[in-house]
Amino acid sequence: MAEKIIVLAEVQNGALRKNTPQLVDVARRLKSNAESRIILVLAGPKIESVATEAAGLPVDQVVRLEHDQAWQGTSEEILETLHAARQELEGDILVLGNTSLGKEIGPCLAQRWGWGMISDVIRLEDHQGKPTFIRPCYAGKVFDEIEMLQPQFVLTVRSNAFPPAENDGRQAEILERVIALPKDALKTSLVEVVERPTGKVELTEADVIVSGGMGVKGPEGFEFLKPLAEVLGAAIGSSRAAVLAGFIHPSHQVGQTGKTVSPSLYIACGISGAIQHKAGMSTSKCIVAINKDPDAPIFEFADYGIVGDLFEVVPHLTEEFRKILQS
Amino acid sequence: MKVVVLVKQTFATEARIELDESGEIISSRVKKVVNPYDEFAVEEAIQLVERKQAEKAAVLSLGNTETQEGLRQCLAMGVDEAVLIDESGMGGADSSITAELLAAALKKIGFDLILSGYVAVDDNAAQVPMRVAEILGIPHVNVVSRLEVQENSVKAWREADGRTEVLATQLPCLVTADKSLNKPRYPTLPNIMKAKKKPLATYTPADLGVDLKSPGCRVVRHFLPAGRAGAHLFDGTPSEAAAALVSALRNEAKVV
Repeated sequence: MAEKIIVLAEVQNGALRKNTPQLVDVARRLKSNAESRIILVLAGPKIESVATEAAGLPVDQVVRLEHDQAWQGTSEEILETLHAARQELEGDILVLGNTSLGKEIGPCLAQRWGWGMISDVIRLEDHQGKPTFIRPCYAGKVFDEIEMLQPQFVLTVRSNAFPPAENDGRQAEILERVIALPKDALKTSLVEVVERPTGKVELTEADVIVSGGMGVKGPEGFEFLKPLAEVLGAAIGSSRAAVLAGFIHPSHQVGQTGKTVSPSLYIACGISGAIQHKAGMSTSKCIVAINKDPDAPIFEFADYGIVGDLFEVVPHLTEEFRKILQS
Repeated sequence: MKVVVLVKQTFATEARIELDESGEIISSRVKKVVNPYDEFAVEEAIQLVERKQAEKAAVLSLGNTETQEGLRQCLAMGVDEAVLIDESGMGGADSSITAELLAAALKKIGFDLILSGYVAVDDNAAQVPMRVAEILGIPHVNVVSRLEVQENSVKAWREADGRTEVLATQLPCLVTADKSLNKPRYPTLPNIMKAKKKPLATYTPADLGVDLKSPGCRVVRHFLPAGRAGAHLFDGTPSEAAAALVSALRNEAKVV
């Protein structure tokens, strides 16, 4: 069977969201044969540069969907637009990011369409010739290998778990469709948007995370970590304890009751490494720990460590990274 | 107005996960708690009743006799009644089946506002609440850090990636809690005693008239993450250690 794989690309700050090429990579891995097609869907008002960038990815077609009512930018609008375009798209597999949007509309569409769904996929494997999906449970304390028993399904894919698909030098055709929504389809209105000053890099998508725990001693300790984060283009993370102590906003929390992250490099500063924190970051490619306490559990699962006072070590690290990154 | 909170009994977050010889997750001996995200939803429901914006707060869970303990805790926190759908003998329910059962029970007991944690800390699937809203055909707001309930509508602050959206929608609706919604209370001893007399009803899937479909997917295996060898430590002055570390990150780990 030649299936049709729909990839939903998100637009963030007027640009194609960073995870988009990773979702296309997943779609390419899911192709069962040469006839399988990948359709990249953009939902929202026209942004020329985004459509052109999307069409450069190795997909068969880009479809930009808009609906016939005033566009507010809610996830409900994207949900209803995709649903209304279901017949036209004729997809078999829907690939979403495990983002705010994907987590919200994925289960809704799976339920509405009678499709299966697997959330937060981090790897594809095969079991006796059938494709299987690896996903973390208990925030990464254990992993499940799952076989999908339904022919049609939704996946949400963790950011940074798959490499970005490379452009193949071709431009895919771009189709534009205005979808008529039923009058009562939209029940939610957007009153206001408050942009959160969490830095330029989204925690769950960052390649590098500089994270602080109780060892940073206060809100000013997170300010102290900023030059290091800036040199690395890193997002700032934190332990739960640091959030509870009021050092930093809860949106920075990494762990079982916070965000789960998979950066290439995770630098834990003054974090002891409680099991709940480990759960949220143990799929990082490389973990560095800086802690005064040589017996801190974080050294058991870090790849590299320095036993020392972070207030002494971090400025030197910043300087060393600056040397190699700016040469 | 009636608020119903969907809760799930999960492993305590400090639990270590171990597998038995057949590869199943060992659940005996592990401390069970109400899913931490659901506790925020329970607290919010109790506050709505205390502020007289709601007449009644109920909790609803799919589980087994062990789940009663968690439901009693919610009653001790201050909700008025609990409903358990007993899944013993069902052999596990996936997100879709769980949502069907919860939605059927919600129709039976009635609701104006449904609250729940946005995710459970065990399976991390974050599918059930959205599926329930779909089945019931009501609007939803996911991952909410602040909630204002008016007579026929709600205003909810949704924590999206990088921004907070303030959304308004009509009741009945479903709202899921993020962790910054409130600070859940601890049950007091007198309330723990009182909770023993509060109603706890139990239904079976058959009582709810739900036809159990076969699950849409199958877990081939559970496996534990590969252990790491322990950190390679760099000694010397902070300056020497930092230089050696950065060099290793570039030349050995190749991550910068």
